[in-house]
Amino acid sequence: MKFGVVVFPGSNCDEDCFYVLKEVLRQNVVYLWHKDACLKDCDCVVLPGGFSYGDYLRAGAIARFSPIMRSVSEFSKDGGLVLGICNGFQILLESGLLSGAMLRNTSIKFICRYVTLRVERTDTPFTNRFRTGQVVRMPIAHNEGNYTTGTNELRQLKLQNGVLFRYCDADGQLTPQANPNGSTEHIAGICNRPGNVMGLMPHPERSAEPELGSMDGRLVFESLIHAMAAV
Amino acid sequence: MIARIFVTLKPGLLDPQGKTIKQALESLGFKEIKQVRVGKLIELELNHSKAASAKRDVERMCQKLLANPVVETYRIEVRR
Repeated sequence: MKFGVVVFPGSNCDEDCFYVLKEVLRQNVVYLWHKDACLKDCDCVVLPGGFSYGDYLRAGAIARFSPIMRSVSEFSKDGGLVLGICNGFQILLESGLLSGAMLRNTSIKFICRYVTLRVERTDTPFTNRFRTGQVVRMPIAHNEGNYTTGTNELRQLKLQNGVLFRYCDADGQLTPQANPNGSTEHIAGICNRPGNVMGLMPHPERSAEPELGSMDGRLVFESLIHAMAAV
Repeated sequence: MIARIFVTLKPGLLDPQGKTIKQALESLGFKEIKQVRVGKLIELELNHSKAASAKRDVERMCQKLLANPVVETYRIEVRR
């Protein structure tokens, strides 16, 4: 089982993802440079957080045309596992591998703090180590995390059980105060219809060790390891 | 040939930046403002000699990259 962490110009969470996978979870992991077309036989591709291309034009708008993304797209159509974190989620949205778009946080502030999330679905390669309804803590750090999509697309997303995480309060309730960025229906993470591509705005790689205040993010990677081992 | 593209959020989408600017203008004494929305101007200097072909190419640029069709609309002006 092999993980690949893509590096775009401006990615800044690639090393944290690599570190968690290699040092904390002892996995086989490589970096994938955005200009290369080769995915080096990885079983799971991670698009990390950061500011690819400076977020110029729109976050993720230019990175989606990097050569590696054509390979990631074909890989995902063949059922390959793809995890997009924060800017990685934005790149997946811009590339159409996930449906919807990100708008600026309604507060117009860059928000950098812990949030509580409710796990909505656990029968996916990304969430099988969680319990449905579980309330977890992960940090967010973003300016454009306000997920939006068309009315029909939102209905489709919900019909497909595509919502994996929602922002909630400590009791798992979707109160207005619990939504840090105005995201439609408190959506924090979604997957595509086949369930092999996931994007989330919170950072699981920053909540994988006790020293950082939460180990809940580790469960995303453990779910992937579990799913890949089962094949 | 110069092309100017105005990219704006689709009507109906919340524009918190626009709202904040409206409040700022009102606090400066400008009371007659109904709404403020903020967009982008992208200016391209092109080698095209014909406006029609420039407009066609710019249209494709908008659809492919310059505007996100999920949340943005655009308007193109072309002149020599």
